[in-house]
Amino acid sequence: MFGIPLPILLGQLMLGLINGAFYATMSLGLALIFGVLNIINFAHGALYMMGGFFAWILLQYFGLGYWYALILVPIIVGIIGLVIERLLLRHLYNLDHVYGLLLTFALSLVIEGVFRQNFGVSGQPYDIPTALRGGFDLGFMFLPTYRAWVLAASVGICLFTWVVVEWTRLGSYLRAATENPALARAFGIRVPSLITMTYVGGVMLAAFAGVLAAPIYQVSSIMGSNIIPVVFAVVVIGGLGSIFGAVATGFLVGLLEGLTKLIYPPATNTAVFILMVVILLLRPQGLFGKRNY
Amino acid sequence: MRNLKWHLTLIALLLSCGAACAQGIAVKIGVMNDQSSIYADLSGLGGVEAARMAIEDFGGKVLGQPIQLISADMQNKADVAANIANKWYDNENVDVIVDVPNSAAALAIQEIARQKKKLVLFSTAATSELTGNKCSPYGAHWTYDTYALAAGTARALIQSGALKWYFITADYAFGHQLQSDTTKFIKAAGGTVVGSALAPFPTQDFSSFLLSAEGSSADVVALANAGGDTINAIKQAREFNFNKSGKRLAALLMFISDVHSLGLKAAQGTILTTGFYWNLNDATRAWSKRFYARRHAMPTMTQAGVYSAVLHYLQAVKASGTKEPLTVMKKMREMPIHDFFAANGRLRPDGRMVHDMYLVQVKSPAESKGPWDYYKILHTIPADQAFRPMKDGGCPLVSH
Repeated sequence: MFGIPLPILLGQLMLGLINGAFYATMSLGLALIFGVLNIINFAHGALYMMGGFFAWILLQYFGLGYWYALILVPIIVGIIGLVIERLLLRHLYNLDHVYGLLLTFALSLVIEGVFRQNFGVSGQPYDIPTALRGGFDLGFMFLPTYRAWVLAASVGICLFTWVVVEWTRLGSYLRAATENPALARAFGIRVPSLITMTYVGGVMLAAFAGVLAAPIYQVSSIMGSNIIPVVFAVVVIGGLGSIFGAVATGFLVGLLEGLTKLIYPPATNTAVFILMVVILLLRPQGLFGKRNY
Repeated sequence: MRNLKWHLTLIALLLSCGAACAQGIAVKIGVMNDQSSIYADLSGLGGVEAARMAIEDFGGKVLGQPIQLISADMQNKADVAANIANKWYDNENVDVIVDVPNSAAALAIQEIARQKKKLVLFSTAATSELTGNKCSPYGAHWTYDTYALAAGTARALIQSGALKWYFITADYAFGHQLQSDTTKFIKAAGGTVVGSALAPFPTQDFSSFLLSAEGSSADVVALANAGGDTINAIKQAREFNFNKSGKRLAALLMFISDVHSLGLKAAQGTILTTGFYWNLNDATRAWSKRFYARRHAMPTMTQAGVYSAVLHYLQAVKASGTKEPLTVMKKMREMPIHDFFAANGRLRPDGRMVHDMYLVQVKSPAESKGPWDYYKILHTIPADQAFRPMKDGGCPLVSH
């Protein structure tokens, strides 16, 4: 294909899939939050960055390694999310989208500013956990064990979220509350708690992705603002509010980036936005979105 | 009616204050750099602090009046930088702009300074174009440039037998110029460039580019990028077992803040070229310790360069008794630069400040005696070999 040797093509697709795993986990959280809260959560990147940073802080100051971080950090950041939702966001649900966007954008600037002031921008090193060091030879490339783990963990967490939303009683309440909050309340469902839980869940997904990212990239105050534009594009391409769409599109965009890096590297950062423009022109509701969005 | 007249007079007086009040300040120095994006640690507030130290060491006054320092964050964006420069020169009576990371921004400010007939002293910007085709009687380039990096690192690698090169290049003015300057050395030595990839700036994930580079026939894969890009690329090269491929990885530009961030375990063995290292001699140690007390980090070469440039500028203003830009610049060229940063520096007519550069290797964790003890000096590159000869630069100010 395009005169590119097959092993290199396969390698790039593999790497694209792994990067797509981050996009999928991040955009899944965004899509959930948008679906239920009607809030475009611009703070998502900052929460992802906090995920990485808390993992580093746990290791540096408390001696708690990667596996603890994987469990503890989403809980810590989830609590921060809880505070944000209870204190700030819930006043905005009946207002125009732009208010939620402005508030969360401002929040992300404040959070990033605090971390930049204290830790700089070059980032802190976070080692790959011992059990996941090394890698295996796939024939067409060397695949580090850690990257394989990232792929598996992301797919796992996305599947788990999907099962919870689509197949459990809790998920059915959630969907009912999204479709018609007033009716759901009439049936005795506590809609405000469901909303809080959804925000916390979305935030925990971002923090989880942040911990996964810590050993790959430097843990730095700007890691969130690097990924967030792409993640927003992913949600738009997938269709606002569509959970499956967000996940599938996350992986799709990862693959697209991988191919672009191979064929015309300078366009890597632009390719996803070109796709977004094309999709918005041809199918404004997004690849998997419903028409009324 | 009479009241109105008085009011108008008062307003007129206040408005005229812009120019008149500025006369109460001898010189106004504007440090412009990246304080929030990927170059914030290697220039940023550390650069502002270095300028402040220079003003303090000079005595805080020149021509009998106080020196004023202002600073701004150009967010690593060329358009923001150009806007600030216009505002500073036109409305805020800034006499000299200092530092300016990002070659694209620096090239824009070089032109603005030329139009407005004001001075600019570059420290963090790297492109050698600033003293080549785009040289200006109002601009000086202090710390290093893309040619000096190539002359140090590339020359050393070529001498060790690496003749086939692959570039992973940051896709903007700086990366292009660094690749182009390095390529000249490779070609002159009979080597070849077997491939290159232009990576968007900035990039988080370099694994795809590293994979393509591994698939090439190169002896050495050169990173023509800086800051966070270089850090991520080196970190990921380790993750993907790059050294098993038998190819060497060369970072053409690396700052001590990058090494500090990566940690010695990941950065050890890297060969790089630098214009300054804090632990060179008593003078560098003394100044750097003062800097450390204020910033809690050792200075990078560009921060030390800001100090040197500002101090030399102030000495030239004092010596010439005026702040008229061309007179001061003429004096800056006449006076030798002699401080902890440059023991034998001089400013050439094309705007290049030439001084010794150092080829260093990053120590292993075992070799390092403590925090910030990072470099082994392999070789001092004398000033006359470290920088591009004036006749080869194509600077229109210099008669050939």
